[in-house]
Amino acid sequence: MSKPREKVMTIDEVVAQLSDGMTIGIGGWGPRRKPMALVRAILRSDLKDLTIVSWGGADVGLLARAGKIRKLVYAFVSLDSVPLEPNFQKARQEGTIPEIVELDEGMFQTGLYAAAQRLPFLPMRAGLGSDVLVNNAWIKTVASPYADENGDFEELTAVPALKLDVALVHLNRADAHGNATYLGPDPYFDDLFVQAADKAYLSCEQIVDTAGLTVDTPVQRLLISRMMIDGVVETPNGAHFTLCTPDYERDEKFQKAYAAAAGGSDEDWAAFEARFLSGDEDAYQAAVAAFHAELEGAK
Amino acid sequence: MTAPTTESSMSTSSRAEVCAAAIADAFADDGEIFASPMGMLPMLGVRLAKLTSNPDLVISDGESLFLGGTPPLFAKADVVEGWIPFRRVFDVVAHGKRHVMMGATQVDRLGNQNISAIGDFARPKRQLLGSRGAPGNTVNNRTSYWVPKHGPRVFVENVDIVSGVGPARAKAAGPGASKYNDIHRIVSNLGVFDVKGAGDTVRLLSVHPGVSVEDVVAATGFALTIEGDVPVTREPTESELMIIRNVLDPKNLRDREVPPVEAGAK
Repeated sequence: MSKPREKVMTIDEVVAQLSDGMTIGIGGWGPRRKPMALVRAILRSDLKDLTIVSWGGADVGLLARAGKIRKLVYAFVSLDSVPLEPNFQKARQEGTIPEIVELDEGMFQTGLYAAAQRLPFLPMRAGLGSDVLVNNAWIKTVASPYADENGDFEELTAVPALKLDVALVHLNRADAHGNATYLGPDPYFDDLFVQAADKAYLSCEQIVDTAGLTVDTPVQRLLISRMMIDGVVETPNGAHFTLCTPDYERDEKFQKAYAAAAGGSDEDWAAFEARFLSGDEDAYQAAVAAFHAELEGAK
Repeated sequence: MTAPTTESSMSTSSRAEVCAAAIADAFADDGEIFASPMGMLPMLGVRLAKLTSNPDLVISDGESLFLGGTPPLFAKADVVEGWIPFRRVFDVVAHGKRHVMMGATQVDRLGNQNISAIGDFARPKRQLLGSRGAPGNTVNNRTSYWVPKHGPRVFVENVDIVSGVGPARAKAAGPGASKYNDIHRIVSNLGVFDVKGAGDTVRLLSVHPGVSVEDVVAATGFALTIEGDVPVTREPTESELMIIRNVLDPKNLRDREVPPVEAGAK
């Protein structure tokens, strides 16, 4: 029987598909279900001058601190329980990201929709009157061709398509072909990211048989279809330290240590990097396990 | 001074409790809409409103669930009455049946709000969250602000970056921006305000018990619109105090955000 093609890859094979200067969209939301194993692999690579498009969390902070970002498109960067992301703050305050595009968070969704639908823009109200349109003078407004109830032709924000070269997303389960389910309470916008991109790579907690995708969860959770996906990687705990409910919650203790190092001295950050980010993904996960064992032992 | 000597009396309300009731009042006339509080005191105030003046309010867990009941602050388990993942929040924002109460690192004389950055946008002195949903909220649905620590560095003549759009700027941007712009209330630890002063300016509506108009003026970095005698913000009722203390916030988290004002001090 003929079967659709399999797309299972390694983390490094995914990163080998990326190149300098690419526009990369990163799924999830703030400190939630981020493809962190893939982000960590980018940190280890020689990639540079990236345009990063993200409702940002530590993905943005880490890439900024590593000097990987030439242009950042975001609406916020936050770790939630640590409201302000220290590495992002540092990058902004030291001016190390050459180009900054701060959008309203709803504009960001509309921009992804426009790209996913191959439209140059979509209209919305968000942005009007705010400094989003002042600080991004390239974003134009457009007059409605239809009169409203008062006879006005409303001027609306023409949100430009956020076209991506590559999307990186992390879901709970996938099959080898790229069909994937989220098992937590929120799909975030991962389906939009992959449709807005020329190529999309999906990491997941577990690769299962296609039939296994719906064996214990409703079909409505099948967020992503294989026709949108170019590669699948199994990366257990791959969203760490962001949450990947119900597989795991956010690692608040680790996040606190990350934020302390990021907001501390250069030596603090160098020590964090040496301990956690100097090896491959297996080494990272082992270092995280050791970090928790140490905390337990200290009790 | 309103600080009474009977400290144990139920009717002795703390500043945080006055703020909670003032926030609840901001949601009292909203009808059946999605109340979106950002932060602890707004959450307390919204839930107080749902248990008193406006039981039709729709509230969420702040993540992705509409809650059927009115649980205490930060309680997890409750009856779920709907699904509100982030993408559907954007749908409700655009639809308009929502009242959000956001924070404000700066708010200015024209009711513009900043949560993006302090200083020059190109190279900020202090990077904050980013504009989040403030630009979209303020041109789509009713928006209020909560300021736990009223001072001249928060209430400034002009915000450094306009995240939330006040009525004057919305009007200048045209009917697409102004037709649904509705900056409803600014509640601080000192008083209650709206943006309906002459020329769409911030207007003092009431001062909290123990606070004078002069206190508010001194703590505000722009000329407030003040019309006639300014009333005192109402104190919570006995039943509101019971709900706040015994039901919604038994751990007294509210005092951490707005510390109690010592008797005799202002």
